[in-house]
Amino acid sequence: MDTQVTKKKLGLKERYKLLTRDLGWETTFHTKDEVYPYVKYEGIKINDWDKWEDPFRLTMDAYWKYQAEKERKFYAIIDAHAQNNGHLNLTDARYLTAIKMFLQAISPGEYAASKGFARMGREFGGVGTQVACQMQALDEIRHAQTQIHAISNYNKYYNGFHAFSDSRDRIWYTSVPRSFFDDAMSAGPFEFMIAIGFSFEYVLTNLLFVPFMSGAAFNGDMATVTFGFSAQSDEARHMTLGLECIKFMLEQDPGNLPIVQRWIDKWFWRGMRILSLVGAMMDYMLPKRVMSWKEAFDIYGVENGGALFNDLARYGIKPPKGWDVAAGAIEHMSHQLFLGLYQWSFGTAFHGWIPSDDDMEWLSAKYPTTFDKYYRPRWEHIKKLEAEGTPFKNYGLAKLCQTCQLPTVFTEPGDPTMMCHRETEYKGEKYHFCSDGCQEIFEHEPEKYLQAWLPMPALFSELNGDIGAWMDWVGLKNGVDNGDYVGSQDQINFDKWRGMATSNKQS
Amino acid sequence: MAVTSLKEYIGVPRDTVANFNGKQLVYVSWDHHLLFAAPFLLCIPPQMTFREMVEGPLTALTQPDPDAKNIDWSKVEWMKSNQAWVPNFGASLADNGIGHKDQIRMRTPNLNSLRAAA
Amino acid sequence: MSNVFIALQANEETRPIIEAIVMDNPQAVVKREPAMVKIDAPGRMVIHKETIEGLVGRAFDLQEMHIHLITLSGNVDETDNSLTLTWNN
Repeated sequence: MDTQVTKKKLGLKERYKLLTRDLGWETTFHTKDEVYPYVKYEGIKINDWDKWEDPFRLTMDAYWKYQAEKERKFYAIIDAHAQNNGHLNLTDARYLTAIKMFLQAISPGEYAASKGFARMGREFGGVGTQVACQMQALDEIRHAQTQIHAISNYNKYYNGFHAFSDSRDRIWYTSVPRSFFDDAMSAGPFEFMIAIGFSFEYVLTNLLFVPFMSGAAFNGDMATVTFGFSAQSDEARHMTLGLECIKFMLEQDPGNLPIVQRWIDKWFWRGMRILSLVGAMMDYMLPKRVMSWKEAFDIYGVENGGALFNDLARYGIKPPKGWDVAAGAIEHMSHQLFLGLYQWSFGTAFHGWIPSDDDMEWLSAKYPTTFDKYYRPRWEHIKKLEAEGTPFKNYGLAKLCQTCQLPTVFTEPGDPTMMCHRETEYKGEKYHFCSDGCQEIFEHEPEKYLQAWLPMPALFSELNGDIGAWMDWVGLKNGVDNGDYVGSQDQINFDKWRGMATSNKQS
Repeated sequence: MAVTSLKEYIGVPRDTVANFNGKQLVYVSWDHHLLFAAPFLLCIPPQMTFREMVEGPLTALTQPDPDAKNIDWSKVEWMKSNQAWVPNFGASLADNGIGHKDQIRMRTPNLNSLRAAA
Repeated sequence: MSNVFIALQANEETRPIIEAIVMDNPQAVVKREPAMVKIDAPGRMVIHKETIEGLVGRAFDLQEMHIHLITLSGNVDETDNSLTLTWNN
């Protein structure tokens, strides 16, 4: 290999050109259309693939070098965490609820993204795009692996981690991110890039990883901070790729604008629905909180998203259609979802709990116009039921949205006391939605979404409503993985071990 | 086109009534009673009477709400597919026109204990 | 004018990078959060290789930043000597 030599002689731009663009060739045995059969059917017109700009100009040799260094850093910390009982440095084991949800719902998304980018690296017509997608495919599988590896340290001591791959496929709440990725992966390459490269990476991962990982640090979770920041160090490159792709499409042909705009509208809305899980994590699951979901959204959603859409306005792009509705729901979504997670905690592979008085004080300070007015009365009533010896469980199961697959917990825009009911009929069959945004996505491509495997109906169609059989099937150990945190094995063990770690107490 | 695809594509719905072993799904929600985070999903036979649905699963599921014990079922206002509607308590779900995956809503205008103070 | 930003892990190796950003971008605002440092600047931010090299006392490849980067916002332009973030509004 003579890269050592070329490196000294060539500048970044030339080196990038030689090590990416020159890897391509003109096909002669088959036409371009035969070699790249999926680049046209979505309606996006590309006139010149060479106009693709990869702003980071990272070549494969540099990529391997830096990724290897990230891995060494990562494992140095993970080893130290494992060797020094790092799990006992947590503020409280209830914090692990967020990590269980992360492992079951988000890490498999990384794996799905890897598969998706591997496919797109094959399907895009330009070599710059192909190389960038292949790097991202490698990044994403690294993320899945490092997350699973880091979190496996908690599986040695705590419940709810042991069946995450079955949870991924079978349990109800994981169908939300799974359907997001399935939707993207079954779309064409350009829509995939908007879905994952742009909406997920650029608009959403800041909200997912940054304040959340900072929260992990705040709660003493070195393992998660480490995989989080190690993954996030790749995200800057991914975001840039997503943004470049969108600019590339818009610059290539004016006819691309309406298609791109519709994808932005769609994937922003789908992303906001996933973020309701993140909102619940930030506002309820972190024993010590860095910032509220609303504060995070103000920084990374309103400020950063606003800057981005202002920038794209020169191409004629407007902010996503659901932006105002989403902004109006920011002070409600985390409360609405966590209330659901609590009442259905018999069916979750993580624990739920009633927010403590301190937690509720914090929530009313962070959400001064909504928490006390709408949500505190419900929790006060739930506390009363608990005190009377009849803790609240909602065995009614839930209506799910045909598009995002979340329980339809969200309220009408402008009326937080009224649940949002939306339905449509297609080919004689009824379909229900949590919002106008999800209904519009369905109505644009009904033949895609009518195939959704919705876990709650499936409990009846496939298992005749037998909850015990369902728990076995999803890998949920009743009375161990699920239910209230208070009195759980996780709580008892954590308190006992922590006592042993900080004193000479014999169990 | 009902899906963006290379050629015509027809999807197969996963939750048609034929898959529910003689039963059907019915969604029921209680307006302004958001202690219950989402509408209830019931899987019940179409031959069940409306009264049996109300006195059976619906009464049991709504019990945790402080208003549940004060419901006067003869005064409840009903909606079906978001339209005002009057059920026949003695007739079956089928005869009430309640099909698979229909959404029923109930309203109890003066009974809203946990609703936000205005 | 919209802010561009960059967020870096809070560690020994990013200290001189942050210092260099502050020196080269007088309008930059540094926010220190648990385990990370976020730097905002109105409209534009430039990170110069030369400034960092002056602080660390060795050759520095700007792509080393990939190891410590958490996130950024703005259009990116990278050359051998600088990394620039901009919003066109």
